[in-house]
Formats: sequence, structure tokens, C-alpha cells
Amino acid sequence: MTNVLKQRNVVIILILFALAFPMMTSNTYMIHVMTLSFIWMIGVYGLNLLAGYTGYLSLAHAGFFAIGAYSLGLLTVKAQMNFWLALVLALVITCSIGLVVGAIALRTKEHFFAIYTLCLGYIIYLVIDKWDSLTEGVRGLIGIPAPAPIGPITFETEKAHYYFVLFFLLLVVLIMYRIVHSLSGRTYIAIRNSEDLAQTIGISTKTNKLTVFVLSTFFAGLSGALYASFVRFIGPDIGSTNIVFDLLTYLLVGGIGTLSGPIVGTLLIVWLSQLLQDFQQYRMLIFGPALTLLIIFAPRGIVGAVATWNMNRKLKKYPNNQARSGRSRNDSLVKSEIVPEKQVKEG
Amino acid sequence: MEILIQQLFNGLTIGSVYALVALGLTLVYGILHIPNFAHGALYMMGGYITLTMMTRFGLHYWLAIFVSIIVVGLLGVLMERFVFHPLREAPPIHDKIAAIGILLFLEAFAQFYWGAEYQSMPTPYGQIVEVFGLTLTMQRILIVVAAVVVMFILYLFLKKTFTGATIIAMSQNREGANLVGINTNKVAMLTFMISGGLAAIASSLSAPINLVFPGMGHLVILKAFVIIILGGMGSIPGAIVGGYIVGFSESLGATYISNDYKDIIAFLFLVLILTVKPTGLFSKGGSH
Amino acid sequence: MIFLETKQLTKRFGGLVAVNNVDFAIEQGKINAIIGPNGAGKSTFFNLISGFHPPTSGQVIFKGQDITKLPSNKIAELGVARTFQTTNLFEQSTVLDNVIVGHRLRTKSTLVDAILRTPRLKREEAQCREKAMEVLEFVDLQHIAHKPVAGLTQEEKKRTAFALALATDPEIVFLDEPAAGVNPDETEGLAELMKKMVNKGITVCLIEHKMQMIMRIADKIMVLNYGEKIAEGKPEEIQNNETVIKAYLGGSASA
Repeated sequence: MTNVLKQRNVVIILILFALAFPMMTSNTYMIHVMTLSFIWMIGVYGLNLLAGYTGYLSLAHAGFFAIGAYSLGLLTVKAQMNFWLALVLALVITCSIGLVVGAIALRTKEHFFAIYTLCLGYIIYLVIDKWDSLTEGVRGLIGIPAPAPIGPITFETEKAHYYFVLFFLLLVVLIMYRIVHSLSGRTYIAIRNSEDLAQTIGISTKTNKLTVFVLSTFFAGLSGALYASFVRFIGPDIGSTNIVFDLLTYLLVGGIGTLSGPIVGTLLIVWLSQLLQDFQQYRMLIFGPALTLLIIFAPRGIVGAVATWNMNRKLKKYPNNQARSGRSRNDSLVKSEIVPEKQVKEG
Repeated sequence: MEILIQQLFNGLTIGSVYALVALGLTLVYGILHIPNFAHGALYMMGGYITLTMMTRFGLHYWLAIFVSIIVVGLLGVLMERFVFHPLREAPPIHDKIAAIGILLFLEAFAQFYWGAEYQSMPTPYGQIVEVFGLTLTMQRILIVVAAVVVMFILYLFLKKTFTGATIIAMSQNREGANLVGINTNKVAMLTFMISGGLAAIASSLSAPINLVFPGMGHLVILKAFVIIILGGMGSIPGAIVGGYIVGFSESLGATYISNDYKDIIAFLFLVLILTVKPTGLFSKGGSH
Repeated sequence: MIFLETKQLTKRFGGLVAVNNVDFAIEQGKINAIIGPNGAGKSTFFNLISGFHPPTSGQVIFKGQDITKLPSNKIAELGVARTFQTTNLFEQSTVLDNVIVGHRLRTKSTLVDAILRTPRLKREEAQCREKAMEVLEFVDLQHIAHKPVAGLTQEEKKRTAFALALATDPEIVFLDEPAAGVNPDETEGLAELMKKMVNKGITVCLIEHKMQMIMRIADKIMVLNYGEKIAEGKPEEIQNNETVIKAYLGGSASA
């Protein structure tokens, strides 16, 4: 119980910090960087829900990020639509494409899924890059508006935009928290753990995977739309695989399949990259090997490492040889009766 | 008509390069069941090493390629030893992420060491020749011929030597190979060596007609994946045939459909195949 | 009474016939066992019944209903549960957390319920948790319900896998080598547990290599060899069956 209380306190402190952050600094650049990292976090959550909790590594998510961004951009700039309507439509568009793509892509598994989504991501990128008449191609889309004012509240300043993005981030975190701690979340984890087993305990893996896929494209699209209205300019590059690799790095460093991993990883790397400004271009010289080493030695990232440490502590509470009630255990194993765990599969 | 033949020859050239890259990818997949996302980075490294050997050390083209094969092959071996070998029991998502890490590193390294700008590779075979009324550069003819020679040598190696036979045996049944005393570690390293070497050959051959730059492996690796899915993951003849199919359809597509979208053709292939058959063409029935 | 039966069930993988024309009737409230040398097609037979592979031909009938073409999750909903040779549990999670999801198929709450935290979700979560505790008590694991699976013995993992299958409220459970990798004492305990299931009204069908145990607890045995049924009957009949003895002696080469 104390653990839960402690956890709640940490969350409250973090939220208070996030709320107070713009007041603690007069440096708008810091606020700018923080807002950007919040936007990335939302995308990372999308990836986490799918790869971390359901076990499907999608490399097309930069594509969905770009679809969200371009939908918002085109609807506001070219169709002159109201920002909020455009935002809703952008998300609808992203999810619809996500639904179609997911229905096809999820028929494949493991390697095929990764390769398939990698190629799909590339198709999305190419289409954005080449479809000049719609997307302006390499010239990029300029002049995307900030969110339209709601009554007296405007979003023109960096600070206002910061809170605007923070609102969505908190919403996403809340949704993620509720999903992970619900029967649906348990269902997804069961699928990640073993699709065969999940299927035998009556879970329709197909429907569940598709639901997760669409929701994760929703997060990616939201992240993209927020990015477009924050940066005001977008080019085809936001759909390139580099973006999905960046998101993946944030996720891996923080902890794939953990709730706080996306926040920890994104904050750490974005700020680290800021410190190494001149190094920005070559950051992958460090982050690339970090990604590889992490997956070998700490596959669940920083948050996962802490959790494992906690679990081991918990395990120690159980004495190793506890006699089951009313039955003593004989430790001398008769070798001939023991069939090795790994068996040649039949059929 | 002339355009058609010219384009067919172009397709043959591109297809040869694709086939060589796909061969390396399919060999590794056959042995270790790893989709090596870093294979494109090996291709890129091959191009740069050949280029550096020629420009900085003044080596002859062929000698430079030889050095490149060795270096990139060793790079492959290092990857196998330090990354994929420790991950062989890990969940399937892990080796893909690890490979992406290597890819990001090698690209950043190339950019850091050689710079981001596009560089052209000189070739001793720049002359233009007329064959059957077609205007061709020697380099393109060289690509086609060299690819066939390399494939033939690979075939001889796999079919006629004991070491080659062990690779085939292991790709058919890893546990079985282990049981009959094949040193699976050695075979895995050797396969990565060959795979890296093939990537180096492919990039060194194609660099003079394309360019050398840090991202040169991106599209090639994606297409190589399409090819091995087309030809059957792990299948050697499949990689060759698939390579030429993609090469031809691209060069024809570029002329008769749209030059802008020619790169999409391969991916449309993939989408089509996996939509119809999610486990890839030529996969064995029963996924368990 | 015949509870579940297969009619001329056949499965071919390419040119290989893994299961050939097998007729098998499982009796309700009994322990039914399938034995046979390695590679005899036992696991494939399970996979056909539980809907993992579509059979090449033949039928699977459960309580008079043809379930041959149903996907495995639908079959589970009808009350057919199974375990695997490898337990496939989520190691980082506790025993209880692993088992709770087993009752998911009897609940209706959706992702929307999860996001809105509706009363229905809360009620169903409580229901799943209650079910999980009930089955953990049944398999005698309640004392380690909050222990991470990573720290369990092989036998405890097997019991957890049983619990997970039982949480689906099955009428019949298929156990694929439930006692593999478990010492003799523990095997005895698992055999007791299977009897306990039958007493509770759950029909059991298992694949097993441990002959002593099978001969003691099974009510009915079917022997598969090269995908074909070569014998069927009570344990004593099987023990004295010439064909079976031959298959086992000759079968050692293919094992």
C-alpha cells in the first residue's frame, strides 16, 4: 500500500512540476524544447502501446505521424478550415488509414510485420514527397496556424502552447494508465506474451490487435498534428524512417512496455541532445550503440531495470523452499523421469 | 523498341545489384532467422571503403573491392558475435531493434567520418561501347557479368564444398545440424562474412553509376527485403530471381508509368504479396 | 457418454501426413489419454481439436456441435480449454496477474469501458480476480498468488498453466504433457490434481510420456503412431497390446 501512495505522490509532484515549469524559466527556448518533447512522448506512447504492450513492432508510425501532421496542415492551410475541426478530422483520417493498413498488416507476424510496416512507412513518405500538387513536396507546407482561440484563451505564445500540448499529453497518459490497468490491457499483454496462449483462453487476437493498432495510430496522428501546429512548418522528412527510429530510441531507453518509460526516455534523450547541440547531427554515434547495448543488457530500459530490481526484492521475500501444506517435498530428483523442457515439436 | 531494350538492360543492371544484396540477406535469414535491418548499412560501408581505398590509398578498383569485401565481411562477423549471438534466445522483437541500432550507428559514423555530401566513385570502366546498336557503359556490362560470376562462385561454394554444405544443412534444420556435429557458431560467422562480402561487392559495383552517400543503403535494403519475401525468406534461387524481377519492373515502370514513383513499385509488390499471403510466397504450410 | 469426438480427422503438411483418419471419442467425466512415440502426431491432434490448424479433412464434434471450422478463441468460449508443452507464462508478472486474464472470455467490457473506467469494467475486473483466486486455490497455489512467475519451480508453473486454463470455465481441458520436466513426487501431485478436476465435473484429455502415471490414472487411452490410431482402450488392454509394444520398441528409432 505504501508503494501505491508513494507512486501517487511522485505522479502529483511530476504534474505540479510540469505545470510550474514555464514559470520557473524565462527562457522561451527551454519551453520550446519541453513542448517538443511532450509532443514526441505522445508518439512514443503510440509505439509503446503497440510494440511494448502487444508485441508488434511497427516501423510505419512515422508515416502515421506525418499523416496526422499533413492532414492538419492541409486542412488548415489549403482548405482554410477551422483549427479544431481540422484537428478532429486529421485524427479521423489517420485512424481510418490506420484501420485499413492495420487490417492488412496484422495478418502478418513478427519479421513480416516489421518489414511490411517499414515498407508501408516508406510508401507514405514517398507519396508525401512526390505528390507535389497536394503536399507541396520537398518545399514543405508553410504557415500552419496555432490552435484557434477558445473564448478568451489564446494559444499564440510559447507558454500557452506549452499548456495546450501538456493537456493532451496528460490525457494520453491517463488513457494509457487506464488501459494498462484494465482487462483490456491484460488482454493485450497476454497477446504479446503468447498469441497462441491468448487465443486458447478465448481472446480474439485479431480484433484486439486491430483495436490496439488503430489506437496507436491515433496517438501517432495526434502527435503529428500537434507538431504541425507547434512548428508551423512541415516537410516530407517528418515521415522518414529516421523519425520512427528516434521514437524507438526514446522508448527503448526509457523502457518498452512500461508506463513511465516514454516520459523518462524522451526527456533524457531530448535534453541530452540539447546539451550536445553541436553533436546533434552525429547523435546516433552514441544512441545507435546505446540502442543495441540496451536491448542486449537491459531490454526493458531504465524503468524496466528499476522494476526488475523491485521484483527481485519481492522474490526474496518468499523463502525458496516452502513446503506445500500437508506435503513434504523430496528434493532428490530421479533423472530418468525428467523430460527436458525443450522438446522437439511434433508435426 | 530501342527504348524497351535499353530499359531491359537497365533492369538487368539494377536487378544484378539487388540480387547480390538480397542474397546476403536471405543467407543470414536462412541460417539465423534474423531479418538483418543493418544489411543496408553494410552495403553503404562497402561503397565508402572501396572509394576510400581508391582515392586515399590509390589502390586499383579491383584491389579496393577486395579490401572492402574483407572489411565489411569482418564487420558482419563482429555483428554476429557481439549482437545477434547474445540475442539468439531473446524475443523476436529484440534482434530487429538491435539491428536498427547498428544501422543508425554505421550511418552516423559514415556521416561523421566521410561527410554527408554525395561522392562519386571513379571507375576504370567508364568508356562507352556499342553493342547490338545499344549504347552502354562498360561499367554496366561489368555489373551484369560480375554479378553472374559471383553468383556462380557462390553456387559452387554452397554445392561443392563441405563448408558450403554445412551452411545449407544448417539453414534447413538448425537443431539437426547441431546434432550431427556442425559447429553452428562457425557457420553463423561464416554466413555473416559472406553476407557482408556480397553487400560490399554490390555497392562497389553499383557506386560508379550511382553515388556514395550515408543513406545509400536505405532503399536498397528495403527492396532487398521485398525481394526475399517475393522469393521466399531464406531461399537462394528466390533471391536471385526476385532481384531481377524487381529490377526489371522498376526500369520498365520508370519509363512507362512514372519516374517519380518507380521506387514504390517494389513496395506495391510487397503489399500485394503479403495481403494475399501473409506468410510470404513459398512459405511452408503450418505456422507452428 | 460421448462428449467430444473426432471423425476421420486428417492433417497433411505438404506431403507429410501428421494425423491420418483418426476417430476418437472422449468420454465425459473421465481421464482420457493419448500416447505414442515422439512425432506420432499427438500435439498436431490437439492443435486440430483446439482450432489451431484447420484439418485437411474430417470433423470435430463437441456436444453435438461441429466445431471443425471455428477459430480457437470461439472453441475456448464453448468450454474447451488447453495447455501447451511450454507454459508460455508472462515471467515478469505475478501468478495472480497471469491467471486473471483467463476469465476475460466471460466478460464483455471493451476498450471504451477501460478508458472511461465504467462500473461494468470494475465489476468484471472483480469477477475475474475472484475467479483467479478460486482456481488458484483449486490448484493449491493461493499461497504464492503474488509471487512473480520468474521465481516459480517448473511444477508451480505447470499448476499456474492449469489454473489459467481452468479460469476459462471449461467443460473439458486438453493438457499437452502436463508432467514434463517435473520430478516423480510432483508428478504424483499433478496426477491428483487431474483427478480433482474430473471430480469437479471437468473432463480431462492429456498427452503424456510418463507411462506409469498414465496407466494409473487414465480411464481410456488412445495410441497414435505415425499419425494413425493403432490402439484404443483401457490401460490394461493397451499394456498387453502387441501392436503398441511393437510401435514403442520400433518407434525408439524415430524418437
